[in-house]
Amino acid sequence: MLEQCEGSHAVAHAVALCRPEVICAYPISPQTHIVEGLGEMVKSGVLEPCEFINVESEFAAMSVAIGASAAGARAYTATASQGLLFMAEAVYNASGLGLPIVMTVANRAIGAPINIWNDHTDSMAMRDAGWIQLFAESNQEALDLHVQAFRIAEELSLPVMVCMDGFILTHAFERVDLPEQAQVDRFLPRYTPRQVLDPNEPVSIGAMVGPEAFTEVRYLAHAKQLQALQLMPLVAGEFRQVFGRDAGGLISSYRTQDAETIVVALGSVLGTIKDTVDELRDSGLRIGALGITSFRPFPIAALRAALIHASRIVVVEKCFAVGIGGIVSRDVRMALRDRPQPVNTVVAGLGGRAITKSSLHQLFIDAMADKLEPLTFLDLDWGIVNRVLERERTTRRSGPVAEGVLRDIGMVASRIG
Amino acid sequence: MFQVRMHGRGGQGVVTGAEMLSVAAFLGGKHAQAFPSFGSERTGAPVVAFCRIADTPIRLREPIVAPDALIIQDPTLLHQVDVFAGLRRDGYILINTAKSFAQLGLGEFVKGFHPERLLTVPATDLAVKHVGRPLPNAALLGAFAALGGQISLDAVCRAIESRFDEKVARGNVAAAKEAYEIVREEERLAETHHA
Repeated sequence: MLEQCEGSHAVAHAVALCRPEVICAYPISPQTHIVEGLGEMVKSGVLEPCEFINVESEFAAMSVAIGASAAGARAYTATASQGLLFMAEAVYNASGLGLPIVMTVANRAIGAPINIWNDHTDSMAMRDAGWIQLFAESNQEALDLHVQAFRIAEELSLPVMVCMDGFILTHAFERVDLPEQAQVDRFLPRYTPRQVLDPNEPVSIGAMVGPEAFTEVRYLAHAKQLQALQLMPLVAGEFRQVFGRDAGGLISSYRTQDAETIVVALGSVLGTIKDTVDELRDSGLRIGALGITSFRPFPIAALRAALIHASRIVVVEKCFAVGIGGIVSRDVRMALRDRPQPVNTVVAGLGGRAITKSSLHQLFIDAMADKLEPLTFLDLDWGIVNRVLERERTTRRSGPVAEGVLRDIGMVASRIG
Repeated sequence: MFQVRMHGRGGQGVVTGAEMLSVAAFLGGKHAQAFPSFGSERTGAPVVAFCRIADTPIRLREPIVAPDALIIQDPTLLHQVDVFAGLRRDGYILINTAKSFAQLGLGEFVKGFHPERLLTVPATDLAVKHVGRPLPNAALLGAFAALGGQISLDAVCRAIESRFDEKVARGNVAAAKEAYEIVREEERLAETHHA
């Protein structure tokens, strides 16, 4: 059924159709509308049987999800930003224990400075935590990925994080096709756990493992992610059969067939990138875009096949590793490790900075003229940066950086574009 | 693609207005994308929301920097925020006020614009009259339905009904309809004047 609704509403609806039995969450922007919507559905009886548990923190949210999942329940939670960091220890435990929890991360920057807006720093901080990480390009895809996430998680006994851009997607009203309950039921079978805390057949989950077998247990976690690389395209294929549309899989390519330059990105910025690609194609330039849907496991072979014929790769990423540069681009480099193509890193959209078509247009023109540095910060205002550096050079007590910058630019609120 | 930027203050229903506009466009068979520009989110602080309307799926995610239409919910913003930034010369301006453009001090500014695309409507007064609260968004959407041709009044009314409970919806629908009629009446007068 077609509906014009908020991204958070669409995701809450999709999660409800997956019949979760335990939902626990702690509110944090921009995720809150999702669990609010689910809470309403549980309270009104639309979603049942399901227990909605209010917890006192994100750490408790993930801990409750772990307990519920270990007891055999289909468990769901959602968070963002500092909330994801606060649950970090439990995030590692969920994957280490092999519990198929599904969690939405409404991507948001990490402080300090505190910032409620979108970038990918939160999910990236958990990229090595052993979860599958899927990134949605649109609200339709966010909705569809949640349905696939439960299926993938439970088939592998591995937790899945569905990442969607905070505000840009969660708070955007757009057209979505909401599936029917019967379709979801056909696609997503009842959860049959590989391991379960059952008083009739007692087991323990969470043994201490010493040096004698820790490496092997960890390797098995890696092996499971490699299995996911095989499974996800099959799940996407089955999804297409049941729901009649493409979603999920490992990567998505756009006009890359004969492209000399391929732009790689994750999430909602792909839409703006595709529009820019169309503009440049109209002027005869051979450029394409490639979206990474599955960031973990990282689809090295699929990327290699898709990128190998391009002469340059530009990775636009909403995150960066302070002190070195790109995060996504280093992984992309792994896919082309023995190849000569340059892989340029472009850091963009940090803390909600708008990524505009005009900035991307110029960026790609520069890239195609081989004018990009290995590491570029899109639309970085050097005037602001140099002023602070100069102050710090000349004044010992230069004061807090963030406050100094805001004073320099004479504003507190954000701008239109 | 037709791009609308809405300016108002926190608490005036600017974001809800953009969302309802997108629903009205959707009901008219169009693709639409509404999203807020989140700022400090305080009551009274300047707030911007956006709505794109198109015949094909919308992929673009940037804020609207070159709008085809502006809906200004609070005329006091004219002196505080650069609300006209990027507006096309053939664009539409709809301002919530009982004053004229000249009375707002905008007579010079709007000289190059199409006069029939400039409109002021006392939307807050209509909202107080019909809803009992100074929330002008529904009335402005009613006026916009008469102005831009992007959405129908019927779709606006249905979008309002999908958003609010029955009683609140009824008042807002009445405000939207009266705003629509005010614009239509002005257009009729303008045509008679020309004739």
